[in-house]
Amino acid sequence: MTKKPTLGVLALQGAVREHLQMIERCGARGIPVKYPPELHLCQGLIIPGGESTTMGRLMTTYGFLEEIRALVGEGMPIYGTCAGMIMMARRLVEGDQPLLGLMDITVRRNAYGRQVDSFEADIPLRDIDEAERPFRAVFIRAPWIESVGPGVRVLGEFDGRAVLAVQDRMLVSAFHPELTGDDRIHRYFLRLVEERVAG
Amino acid sequence: MVEKGTLRVKTGLAEMLKGGVIMDVTTPEQAKIAEEAGAVAVMALERVPADIRAAGGVARMADPSVIEAIMEAVTIPVMAKVRIGHFVEAQILEALGVDYIDESEVLTPADEKHHIDKWRFTVPFVCGAINLGEALRRIGEGAAMIRTKGEAGTGNVVEAVRHMRTINEEIRRLTVTPKEELMSVAKEMGAPYDLVCWVAENGRLPVVNFSAGGIATPADAALMMQLGADGVFVGSGIFKSEDPAARARAIVLATTHYNDPKILAEVSRGLGKAMVGKEISEIGRENLIQFRGW
Repeated sequence: MTKKPTLGVLALQGAVREHLQMIERCGARGIPVKYPPELHLCQGLIIPGGESTTMGRLMTTYGFLEEIRALVGEGMPIYGTCAGMIMMARRLVEGDQPLLGLMDITVRRNAYGRQVDSFEADIPLRDIDEAERPFRAVFIRAPWIESVGPGVRVLGEFDGRAVLAVQDRMLVSAFHPELTGDDRIHRYFLRLVEERVAG
Repeated sequence: MVEKGTLRVKTGLAEMLKGGVIMDVTTPEQAKIAEEAGAVAVMALERVPADIRAAGGVARMADPSVIEAIMEAVTIPVMAKVRIGHFVEAQILEALGVDYIDESEVLTPADEKHHIDKWRFTVPFVCGAINLGEALRRIGEGAAMIRTKGEAGTGNVVEAVRHMRTINEEIRRLTVTPKEELMSVAKEMGAPYDLVCWVAENGRLPVVNFSAGGIATPADAALMMQLGADGVFVGSGIFKSEDPAARARAIVLATTHYNDPKILAEVSRGLGKAMVGKEISEIGRENLIQFRGW
């Protein structure tokens, strides 16, 4: 029997518990990550939803940016939801804040408007699973992906905008699968982690 | 099908604020200081609770131009307060596009018997509670987030502690209460039966629960987090202190690292004077605002 992979959830602020529950449901081990050295216990990392400005500042204060960049550079899989996606982008359409700058995408913050414009909708997924059932996606003051570089594959769109994308072993979603009972996207990420662990 | 204002979308925003600090601000400049310090949201007000307390008279929803100026100044969510039961003030705030409405005891109540029917709104609501029954009544009315009330504008954390301990103790007790007794419990608490059953089964509130009312120092914030709060509201504590920017930042760090005394010691250093606190017994029971709410 293979050992369960350990997935870390960056636990500075935001929807940490929901991701940890999803990870356990998918049969992996989930740990909250509060300090950079804990990153080395993880085979994969999730940056949760929260406030990206808050998270960016806390990540800078405690030296997470360099540490995560180095580990992802060595091939550690990483998944960012909503604020996590903003953190992983190389470019923002407007505003400047500390970013990890990992993925070749340009992101627009609060792209759909304020909270009264937050919504849920069924979106079709590409390459996530064989069933190809639509995914009930929850968008909360959500960003969208304005443009992608050549290495990025778009796996989900809403209203003509990319909202789920992958590049190598980096995955981002503008919406929150952790708030639904649907674990297909987390299972997809876990496969990226298992591929990497298998070498 | 695209749906707005679903319960999942409303409670979801509160989930995203967890582990964060929501700060009272009265000007765009203060809002920027709060955002810069790492606040997850701001509460737009005309006056902070300490000043409302001092001024007396009727406290109402803030002038829309104050709220709009703050909404323009920052990209983090902006909340604003309405009087208990004042659903027209809530309609106005929804039209302005605020991200969360606080139906708040800090303002003078507009209805002495009924709270707002919050299900009728697309914008989510946060409401105060001093015990589990009150929290579940508000959730029954559609609140998507709860905050324990504490005693606003005092800089004294004792009531915040009392309310958080009370709710958590009542939740713990429910988890070991036999199912057949839950209806009587619901009756005594004045809480919806289905919500009482949900709490008994899950051992927590169905929505996020922040702490509010009296938090003035990083240690206060960490205390409330260790007692089980999902995050904290800081009202007068920041902009009534000597060095708001430094204190705001320190409270953010203390809320993230609430379990790390070394970091707490480091961030508590050299913050200047905290706001002047008030002893609760000197206020007099008839002047306590935590008892507003039904």
